[in-house]
Amino acid sequence: MLETVRDGEGPHPPYLYPDYRSTQLRAPKRPLLLLPHTLSELTGPVYGDESVCELDHDLTRQHEGEPLGERIIVTGRVTDSARHPVRSTLIEIWQSNAAGRYRHEVDRHPAPIDPNFTGAGRCLTDDDGRYRFVTIKPGAYPWRNHPNAWRPAHIHLSLFGRAFTNRLVTQMYFPGDPLFEFDPIFQSVRDAKARSRLVCDFELEQTVPEWALGYRFDIVLGGPAETPMEA
Amino acid sequence: MSAEPTPSQTVGPYFSLGLLGRTADELVPGGVRITGRVLDGAGEPVPDAMVEIWQADEDGRYRADFGWGRSGCDEKGRYSFVTRKPGPVAGQAPHVTVMVFARGLLKPVLTRMYFPDEAEANAADPVLAAVDAASTLVAQVAGNGLEFDIRLQGDGETVFFAV
Repeated sequence: MLETVRDGEGPHPPYLYPDYRSTQLRAPKRPLLLLPHTLSELTGPVYGDESVCELDHDLTRQHEGEPLGERIIVTGRVTDSARHPVRSTLIEIWQSNAAGRYRHEVDRHPAPIDPNFTGAGRCLTDDDGRYRFVTIKPGAYPWRNHPNAWRPAHIHLSLFGRAFTNRLVTQMYFPGDPLFEFDPIFQSVRDAKARSRLVCDFELEQTVPEWALGYRFDIVLGGPAETPMEA
Repeated sequence: MSAEPTPSQTVGPYFSLGLLGRTADELVPGGVRITGRVLDGAGEPVPDAMVEIWQADEDGRYRADFGWGRSGCDEKGRYSFVTRKPGPVAGQAPHVTVMVFARGLLKPVLTRMYFPDEAEANAADPVLAAVDAASTLVAQVAGNGLEFDIRLQGDGETVFFAV
């Protein structure tokens, strides 16, 4: 038999975190089985320049006019756990607008939609693993998990890494948000140090004078693949 | 010193905004259709789920330009891919790696789909041989295609893996 793994060990949240109600019927109950690392686990799709368009990384220039809100730069480096850069990896992001409203039919929050903001972007990391987005600072918004529940402002990020099993979807939060302690999604990461890795840093060096505040968010992809796939 | 991984967080309810803008569910036009439902612990469909696959080509080779797909789920929790059956990979029966993301999943679930017409290879597969609910990993024939339901929890819960 394959070795079993106890859920919730390591840096990632457990499947079952009852305070986040939607986990209750969706969390697997059987133990996870540890897969051997075969080619199936060590390989993944490869993306090239054709996967992104010139303005995909700039969420403030996808419409006729400029979106409302605080213009920001989100940048950082994607590495593996040995701190080697993860090159040419696809990053996809999505977020609410400055008022805390998603351009999505399911979102019923009575905050205004911004006709100049979709809230979706993508880019590839460069040879040093660096990426850069220009966007608008998202707003906090209410949800129905518990009475008076609010999500801290965040940007969703999806990454591929070198192997499909390295896939990471996460959320980037902003420093000092007073909603952190009340948010079960943020708190589902039980280790405080691990939680702090979900919070970006304000950086004056990334801030462009007279134009936009800069935030740095470095991302570390764990998992089995440490060497690039042979072509 | 090694760096600690960035923790996972749920895709939430609005992921289609960022992840389903471009369709990626047809890997090979006119290929075999693989479809199925994502179901929760009450047996109810999970409409706000997304399924991704990764597979080898028909020669059992992993390629840079083929083998990845992504499908959203409809209101019945149903996803769908059109692809090519992979060949056997290094001593393993033909299989597709499957990952499911959803609101309520703080990290994706990882599983494998095997093919029902490969009884002999499946019987010799080292992973299938080492799980006690192997039947949850084998698709079923449905019409001209294959059906592979993913049960996140409860009766018939799919076997999920860690790496």
